[in-house]
Amino acid sequence: MTIVDVRTPDPKRFIPGATGDWEVIVGMEVHAQVLSNAKLFSGASTEFGKPANANVSLVDAAMPGMLPVINEECVRQAVRTGLGLKAQINKRSVFDRKNYFYPDLPQGYQISQFKDPVVGEGKIVISLGPDRQGNFEDIEIGIERLHLEQDAGKSMHDQHPTMSYVDLNRSGVALMEIVSKPDMRSSDEAKAYMTKLRAIVRYLGTCDGNMDEGSMRADVNVSVRRPGEAFGTRCEIKNMNSIRFIGQAIEYEARRQIAILEDGGKIDQETRLFDPNKGETRSMRSKEDAHDYRYFPDPDLLPLEFDDAFVEALKHDLPELPDDKKARYVSELGLSIYDASVLVSEKAIADYFEAVASGRDGKAAANWVINDLLGALNKAGKSIEETPVSPGQLGAILDLIKSEVISGKIAKDLFEIVFSEGGDPAEIVEARGMKQVTDTGAIEKAVDDIIAANPDQVAKVKAKPTLAGWFVGQVMKSTGGKANPQAVQALVKAKLGLED
Amino acid sequence: MSVDLATVKRVAHLARIAVNEEDANRMMGELNAILGFVEQLSEVDVSGVEPMTSVTPMAMKKREDVVNDGDKAEDIVANAPNSDRNFFLVPKVVE
Repeated sequence: MTIVDVRTPDPKRFIPGATGDWEVIVGMEVHAQVLSNAKLFSGASTEFGKPANANVSLVDAAMPGMLPVINEECVRQAVRTGLGLKAQINKRSVFDRKNYFYPDLPQGYQISQFKDPVVGEGKIVISLGPDRQGNFEDIEIGIERLHLEQDAGKSMHDQHPTMSYVDLNRSGVALMEIVSKPDMRSSDEAKAYMTKLRAIVRYLGTCDGNMDEGSMRADVNVSVRRPGEAFGTRCEIKNMNSIRFIGQAIEYEARRQIAILEDGGKIDQETRLFDPNKGETRSMRSKEDAHDYRYFPDPDLLPLEFDDAFVEALKHDLPELPDDKKARYVSELGLSIYDASVLVSEKAIADYFEAVASGRDGKAAANWVINDLLGALNKAGKSIEETPVSPGQLGAILDLIKSEVISGKIAKDLFEIVFSEGGDPAEIVEARGMKQVTDTGAIEKAVDDIIAANPDQVAKVKAKPTLAGWFVGQVMKSTGGKANPQAVQALVKAKLGLED
Repeated sequence: MSVDLATVKRVAHLARIAVNEEDANRMMGELNAILGFVEQLSEVDVSGVEPMTSVTPMAMKKREDVVNDGDKAEDIVANAPNSDRNFFLVPKVVE
């Protein structure tokens, strides 16, 4: 395979060394667990957190004579993901055996796809920014391939002084291995890639993307070079399950390699592990043999074949993906690119926003979701899934503003009450007397009172009309923020004899 | 194509088969005889011929995404030399 460098070196991303600038090159292999009820080649459940070996069939335990039969939904999920990555779908692909020995691999081989993967080249557009000018930089990252394979079981080494415990519940669960091209040039790009890939599989519903449960793990390939020169020797950092750690590991690894090269050394191609406590990568104990997986086509499985109609049906039912959604929010709802980017960053946020925006003003809904809801969630350390304010409740608050039952200012208080206590916004407004005063008589009286109590200010306002704002503020204060601000403004100006 | 003694030992090791020096030498001879026989096939011109994956034109059998197996942890570990609470126990392996 020849690797094509599609990027132009960008000084903005260079890492300064003692002897000049360096450029970091990153490529990733991501293992994403396929969302399915049953495993890739057996009828055992994929449910997480079951007792040891409860989700194991005789196929998963590799009992003699057992034969694999492919789960068609796993194939659909792989093709959906391929379509989401704008990738080539291969209507004919082949399963191979990847041979190695480990106690959590009862077959002695992993069924994978080597030469002929189900999905070929595609791409992901990542968006970096905003920078200080508020601009975003869109970068296309190439996808090399996506293939289906079996997950291995799980070993635990801390249960016994001399024995390892093996649980095969995960053995045989379908994984998609998604391989990028070495197109990333900074840790930020790598983090953006992983974030975007996770968003895409979550939108598609092909992987739950829960990295802390191990549903998505990345092997990160890192090398450095002088800008514009040929690619250097790479090291592979295995099994990263946090986007933040991916960033840290790349930063550390790039500097480690630069230090070696600047000292006149050379990089050994090796597998490394990231230690989050120390923030370092270290060499994995080298295996006696270099990897020799002796791939060959699995004689138990015929080639995987499907027709155009199969692909077209999946394409037809594909949900709207983040890039399309973002473009639509900008063009149809008039949102800024920044706001649209925030809203589509997670499917759950986009779903929430669309529920609030449905039948209401999109910009107002976006402001409330981004500034108030996400702000409050962030402060409370909660995710969008844990929101105490439902889209219905936030929508009701927006309706109360729109119909001028409450002012925008009171709405903020109301939101806080609903966030911390729950309840029906309209009922809360009723019960706690938060209704906006639109009765001109009552507002007029409040204005008169303020004017009467402040003759000094009244004297000054003729020379300095901006002081009208002070009167408006005083009236709002005296009415507990419940007066309609536009009405107050108009009355203050009229009573003070100011021009509109 | 032929294999030397080191390759025979390496292949045996990869397959986790213990062979002593004497067996390895004997197997080198047997393997080379097999490879020599297979080599005759390369005399046939197969350019442009698709590799055959099956003797009958069959489509791969597929299953629905339905859970209809599992929940037999005790059976799964029944033949294991050592187990505890339905975990397999193996001599400690730490990467």
